[in-house]
Amino acid sequence: MRAISGYTVTSMAVETRVLDEDCRAISGWGRTAPTLARVHRPRGHAEAVEAVLAPGRRGLVARGLGRACGDAAQNAGGTVLDMTGFDRVLAVDTAAGVVACEAGVTLHRLMEALLPFGWFVPVAPGTRYMTVGGAIGADVHGGNHPVSGSFGRHVTALELLTADGRIRTALPGTPLFDATTGGLGLTGVILSATLRLLPVETSLMRVDTERVPDLDALMTRLADGDGDGESRHRYSTARIDLLARGADTGRAVLTRGDHVPYDALPRRHRARREPLDFRPGRLPVPPPRVPGVPLGRTTVGFLNTLWYRAAPRAATGRLRSLPAFFHPLDGVPHRNRIHGPEGFVRYRFVVPYGQEDALRRIVRRIADRGLPCFPAVLHRLGAGGPGPLSFPLPGWSLALGLPLGQPGLGRLLDALDEEVAGAGGRVDLAEDSRVRPEALAAMYPRLDEFRALRAALDPRSVLTSDLARRLGL
Amino acid sequence: MKDAFGAPQSLLVLGGTSEIGLATARRLIARRTRVVRLAGRPSPALTAAADSLRALGADVRTVPFDALDTASHEERLGKVFAEGDVDMVLLAFGVFGDQARDESDPVAAARVAQTNYTGAVSAGLVCAGALQAQGHGSLVVLSSVAGERARRADFIYGSSKAGLDAFAQGLGDAMHGTGVHVMVVRPGSVRSKATAGLAEEPLATTPEAVAGAIELGLRRRSETVWVPGSLQMVMAAVRHVPRPLFRRLPV
Ligand SMILES: NC(=O)c1ccc[n+]([C@@H]2O[C@H](COP(=O)([O-])OP(=O)(O)OC[C@H]3O[C@@H](n4cnc5c(N)ncnc54)[C@H](OP(=O)(O)O)[C@@H]3O)[C@@H](O)[C@H]2O)c1
Repeated sequence: MRAISGYTVTSMAVETRVLDEDCRAISGWGRTAPTLARVHRPRGHAEAVEAVLAPGRRGLVARGLGRACGDAAQNAGGTVLDMTGFDRVLAVDTAAGVVACEAGVTLHRLMEALLPFGWFVPVAPGTRYMTVGGAIGADVHGGNHPVSGSFGRHVTALELLTADGRIRTALPGTPLFDATTGGLGLTGVILSATLRLLPVETSLMRVDTERVPDLDALMTRLADGDGDGESRHRYSTARIDLLARGADTGRAVLTRGDHVPYDALPRRHRARREPLDFRPGRLPVPPPRVPGVPLGRTTVGFLNTLWYRAAPRAATGRLRSLPAFFHPLDGVPHRNRIHGPEGFVRYRFVVPYGQEDALRRIVRRIADRGLPCFPAVLHRLGAGGPGPLSFPLPGWSLALGLPLGQPGLGRLLDALDEEVAGAGGRVDLAEDSRVRPEALAAMYPRLDEFRALRAALDPRSVLTSDLARRLGL
Repeated sequence: MKDAFGAPQSLLVLGGTSEIGLATARRLIARRTRVVRLAGRPSPALTAAADSLRALGADVRTVPFDALDTASHEERLGKVFAEGDVDMVLLAFGVFGDQARDESDPVAAARVAQTNYTGAVSAGLVCAGALQAQGHGSLVVLSSVAGERARRADFIYGSSKAGLDAFAQGLGDAMHGTGVHVMVVRPGSVRSKATAGLAEEPLATTPEAVAGAIELGLRRRSETVWVPGSLQMVMAAVRHVPRPLFRRLPV
């Protein structure tokens, strides 16, 4: 790059960036649409404030572990603040179950640190390799959404570095706090947060697994689980096989679970001695440059069938470890490469209850195309949070991992967007890498409120990202 | 910004009346493109081209641009980038010249070279610098299969494209790791108004097919695209045909 970096444009209104060591091409977890940014890893508040006060022409955005699939944590031509240096747990109240930690602390770290005291993260999304800042910015949810809501609900305070270089404490119920939950990092840089935790007596899960023959049966089973307000199970997740043909379309494995109380452990079980043990295994990591063989339709079909057949027709009360229950894919090395060199799209949407027909139509369209979705996960969601851009709303949420290389996929997803928006649903912006900006207003009716807050808080758009540019947030 | 599929939201076409350029713009407007800037020599044809794209719903403006006037490139194109991000630049200008006449008219022959090569070097560097400053974007360069091996029938044009092709490849390597993507497109003979009346060549293609290949190449972030794709194999063979034999081939 030497030749070009020496080339300076004199009369133009753009200055040519002179590349240095810190400039890197960055993409999201889906590995699509990489852009160049200067990556800066602040080591303390002072350095973070300095970065915000000298943002350059193209602003900055905070980034955690880069698990968002799309372009939420990249900033072309600008600065990306790598927050993983903010990795200290600041204070733990083991009696009340409250932790204060810096934004770069991962959920994995919180589990390691807090399980021995009998506390667990209040919301467990599909990976524990995400930072607290990222979990708030994306307002993530897990299989316990109807019971526990999304991540932001459990935050009792956060420290936010806003565009003016001030560090503010934001409290629940204030517009700034609300906009920050699910705010995709656009309201400020989250420096630290205080979280309320969930008490557990053991690190084991009591799991019920069952095979469900089709989508309708699955929805009925999931709805049953809700019971009279008091959910029978805290966590429910269903993996759907969208490659199965004919009557099998939409067959699924439904997994539901609860934390096991100490007294419910079988006598002589080894967990009686170490009830709060937490030792997640990892498969050996292959060298990063191995050209992975992308999962094709045949392989995904095979995996899906295997997953379905291997699941018991119905099994109740099996004991599983936390990682095996919550993060079965976290152990797979380079699992974001399985869809091949072109990368993949994660399409996560929700349609409100009462719009089951829309869900059926969408599932049928995907199944008809024979797309190798891996994985395809259905959740029930409960009441949404107060964030104007927070994703959850009461309804059915389906998340699909789709290889980019499928012919016509872009157009198909555009059509599904219309179906979703028409049903009063929305797609998850934290995962998004492709939605049309025009589709947004219908999906997020409070978008203008968010824009107005940003305009007042950050008139020069210091905090910005590729996602914000693409969608005009 | 481009989406995951590489579809740009804003497009700058250098050579705003080019048939391939307009076919590509139409195709991209059907995907994500909302802002189009057509750079070219002011003419009724350029205005009409802008109108035709505006009818599809895009925000279109024309920008005065002459490939031969390299001194003006920085200023003219710089203005476009100053107005907002350009997600994709399509370098589509070029002239075929008239081989038979140009062989005895060196001034005209030099003009072919200046347009296709020198003009593209200048405009290409200006755009690459600006794309680099914004940290993202694609520069798509329309080269030609004629540049792959010079033919008796069109070596003036062919050599200018050979130079352009080599330049664009080098630029692509220079841009590697900067977030800027340079894609060299090598169409075979494209059926269009420029080639109307000429004898149909084997492996001919259409502006729409080139546009489709560009859309696909953007998604794959390809460095080289042949249209039709089978040309790649054919040219791999043609490249190694011995000169005495190649001279006698009816290509
Ligand atoms: N058609 C083919 O068979 C074929 C095959 C392989 C590669 N290509 C290449 O693909 C590109 C586009 O092809 P096309 O078929 O779309 O060509 P086209 O329709 O003839 O368009 C050529 C464009 O170049 C512009 N141009 C010529 N001289 C210029 C100058 N000095 N300054 C600014 N603009 C100038 C023309 O603008 P004006 O309207 O002002 O003249 C026109 O917009 C060309 O580079 C061509 O060499 C074409």
